Amino acid sequence: MTASAAAQTPSATDWRSVVRIGLLGGLVALYLCLVGIVEVFQPRALVTNIITLGETSMVLAAVAPVFLILRGKQIEPRRAVAIGAVVGSITGAFPAALVIISASINLRAMFLHASPVTTDVLTFGLGVAGVWVPIIGLAAVGALTGLLLTARADIQRPVTDALLALLLIGLFAGVLRPPLLASTVTAGIGRLLLADNGLTIIGAIVTVLVVVGGRIGIRRFGTRSRLDALSPERKRAVRPVSLIALILLVLWLPHGVGPFFAQVVAVVALYVLMGLGLNITLGLAGLLDLGFVAFFAVGAYTVGLLTSTAEYGIAQWPFWAAVPFAVIIAMMFGAFFGLPILGIRGDYLAIATLGFGEIIRILAGSDLMKGLLGGPRGIINIPKPIEVAPDSLLAGPVQIYYIALVAAVIVALVAIRLRASRIGRAWIAIREDEDVAEALGINLVQTKLLAYMIGAAFAGLGGAIFAGLLGSIFASSVTLFVSINVASLIIIGGMGSIPGVVVGAIFLIGIPELFREFSEYRFLFYGVALIAMMRFRPEGLLPSKIIRRDLHAMHEELESNSLDDERSPAGVAG
Amino acid sequence: MRTTAVERITEIAIAAFLWAFRIAVVLIVVVGSFLTISSGRYSWETWSSLIVSGLTTGSIYALIALGYTMVYGILRMINFAHGEIFMGGAFAGYFVATALAGMGILNSSPVAAVLAVLVMIVVAAAFSTALALLVERIAYRPLRNAPRLVPLISAIGASFFLQYTFRGVLGPGIYVYPDVSILNQAVPIDFLRLRWVDVLVVVSALAMMSGLYFFVMRTKLGTAIRAVSEDKSTAELMGIDVNRAIVTTFAVGAAMAGAAGVLYALMFRQVFFFTGFVPGIKAFTAAVLGGIGNVPGAMLGGLFLGQVESVGPTLFLDGLNVPSPNQLKDVIAFTLLVLVLVFRPSGLLGERVSGGQRA
Repeated sequence: MTASAAAQTPSATDWRSVVRIGLLGGLVALYLCLVGIVEVFQPRALVTNIITLGETSMVLAAVAPVFLILRGKQIEPRRAVAIGAVVGSITGAFPAALVIISASINLRAMFLHASPVTTDVLTFGLGVAGVWVPIIGLAAVGALTGLLLTARADIQRPVTDALLALLLIGLFAGVLRPPLLASTVTAGIGRLLLADNGLTIIGAIVTVLVVVGGRIGIRRFGTRSRLDALSPERKRAVRPVSLIALILLVLWLPHGVGPFFAQVVAVVALYVLMGLGLNITLGLAGLLDLGFVAFFAVGAYTVGLLTSTAEYGIAQWPFWAAVPFAVIIAMMFGAFFGLPILGIRGDYLAIATLGFGEIIRILAGSDLMKGLLGGPRGIINIPKPIEVAPDSLLAGPVQIYYIALVAAVIVALVAIRLRASRIGRAWIAIREDEDVAEALGINLVQTKLLAYMIGAAFAGLGGAIFAGLLGSIFASSVTLFVSINVASLIIIGGMGSIPGVVVGAIFLIGIPELFREFSEYRFLFYGVALIAMMRFRPEGLLPSKIIRRDLHAMHEELESNSLDDERSPAGVAG
Repeated sequence: MRTTAVERITEIAIAAFLWAFRIAVVLIVVVGSFLTISSGRYSWETWSSLIVSGLTTGSIYALIALGYTMVYGILRMINFAHGEIFMGGAFAGYFVATALAGMGILNSSPVAAVLAVLVMIVVAAAFSTALALLVERIAYRPLRNAPRLVPLISAIGASFFLQYTFRGVLGPGIYVYPDVSILNQAVPIDFLRLRWVDVLVVVSALAMMSGLYFFVMRTKLGTAIRAVSEDKSTAELMGIDVNRAIVTTFAVGAAMAGAAGVLYALMFRQVFFFTGFVPGIKAFTAAVLGGIGNVPGAMLGGLFLGQVESVGPTLFLDGLNVPSPNQLKDVIAFTLLVLVLVFRPSGLLGERVSGGQRA
């Protein structure tokens, strides 16, 4: 007891670890500058005329290390402010050094973003004369973070919430504004609070007031505890109501957010559908399939060939007649590709399937298949699934959204039923341990093949709907990135979990679509997210219970081992 | 367990399918080659230049494959980011080359050119090593005891992170390597169409590979690496620093990949942020082809894959009247991967761990 307390106090005051974390923050800040995030995000405001996203990224680079070093530690506020200021100023020293160096040497031959624009962001336009700005500014940010982290809970919570709300609403102002402007009643409010991107100053003030007021209100009137105090019967009565509200929200979504965002939600719904499909292959059976796009392409091209009224169409069928064929043919391709490789070890599978995706992509664009699939020119004039007038409720991407949604619900139901079935349990057994599963009499190749084929079928369905969404299909639409998107969204959402897929699709597909102008950083974000996820939360954001239990059992075992190692010398010393 | 009739029928169907697949591939290869050769459309000139290009790309694949195979041998993990390490080396070489060209050293004399290339290779190898050690520290080391899928996914993340970091820092454009005019001149041999750059690539690849083979087989650290590949916990009990062996493996593999990056860029004269991806997968294919974990196997696999990819499209497909067969060279390479996995999953030389016989 005394030993552990003695061990904790010096670590909080240890200036060496303070400097080290400051250096880490500085490297992150420098990285953000050099990789161009500061420069590219600069034109977009968080709060108009107050702070831009570029500046926000620098502020966060200082907040994060202070948070990391002060988290969960009991220190007096004055000390925390000092630590925060030191960490912040060290963090700021790196961008400041960049300002000086890029003023004296031209770094742009190598570092594209060591540019005057970045310097302007870092120094508030003062150039080299403003080299103190990042140091002093980030020191102040660090100090304030230290102050906030050691503040009394009834001050800390409202302020933190208000800042988070500012960040979120500021980021998504572009999405929130069109629905407000659509109706004359709310248009005035929309203009007052939200700018084209970011909050207006009034909007920021209102946000802060609402959040802080709400926080205080909850404390004063105890809404939260009243909800908790509800009897179980009443709670059960609340659940269907909130469920219905959620369903209504989901159904209303594409209408409320304007045509561009309707397209985005349609794409998200499509990825939810495909994620649920791959979830059977990867989440249940544990087969890392990086060639998902192969079956997506098969589905899309099948629909294209069967329905197109243009050059390469062979049947001119209606869309719906072609969809079952797309699914079946994709499934057959799944069998064709799966058979040779499913006997092999799991990690070869990732590369082999990656190869399949590339094979299909190259074939689709090659001269060999040009007579059939149109080569790079692709197949055009694929009819819409539902022919309606352009001003109807189901026009354009909205119908795709609903179709994908219905398909996703069907896939989800299939997945739930399969998971509880004999075959589902066989998949989970294979995922956990192939050798044991085989010893228990599970036919590995056949069981895996089934998972692979079902995944392929749903990929084909996704491809078919995608063809309907775009009205055309080209070799260039069936890239590796489709596979990577689907695999990443499952991994980040939580393998084997259906809500996880939805969350993953919203995070990885929806949000990057909203930040289209920053699309070059999308896969950078994926990479960081994948590594961070594997290190800190390998089960994903919303994992299924079994996977979480397994991974945590493993982690606890490891942690208890490492704790034992550390404890023993301390015990001797004590 | 009792097998049901359905299961048995499926089993027979699967076996029949696999045999049909094998026969189809053999037919395409044999008939295609026969038709191409009997048509006499291609002279020895063409074939020889295809073989030379296969030899050069093959030696580059072999150099990259060494990193895959050694890391797989020691950690049982596919280092997905290895292709990006290779790309990083190519970029490092580019900046050295432009600096040297700016000083006028690159084209002053043959000796200077060779020395300049040597400097490029050394700098690239050092940069790639640093990059790989950073990735290992951040993305792999904390996950060493996790289930196998976890480090693989982390490696995929690292691969994207590196690709798009390079894209962010250096921009999406293609960087054109400065011209080393001496290297592009033909070697004065009558019956072979050979440039000096081809000689350089093959010779330096062979030199590095033999150096690595010596390192793994003869030095103390190499022996430690082989021991850790065989059995990590026993090696630890024998007093081997496992962590050091793993880090050395990453470093050596990355140095080879960085050098390969320079050689690749000298051949193709360009590099951009996505350069590492396809050679990365191909090199992994080469490692599997030779037998993963097997150092001579990776070399052989790389050279073999290079030949199949270079000569294959013309030899197998042209006779079958496939239009523009060279578009399909990646298809042939990936099909080869699948074929290896079907016919001989342990690779040409068999799976071994770093050259030592497995008990």
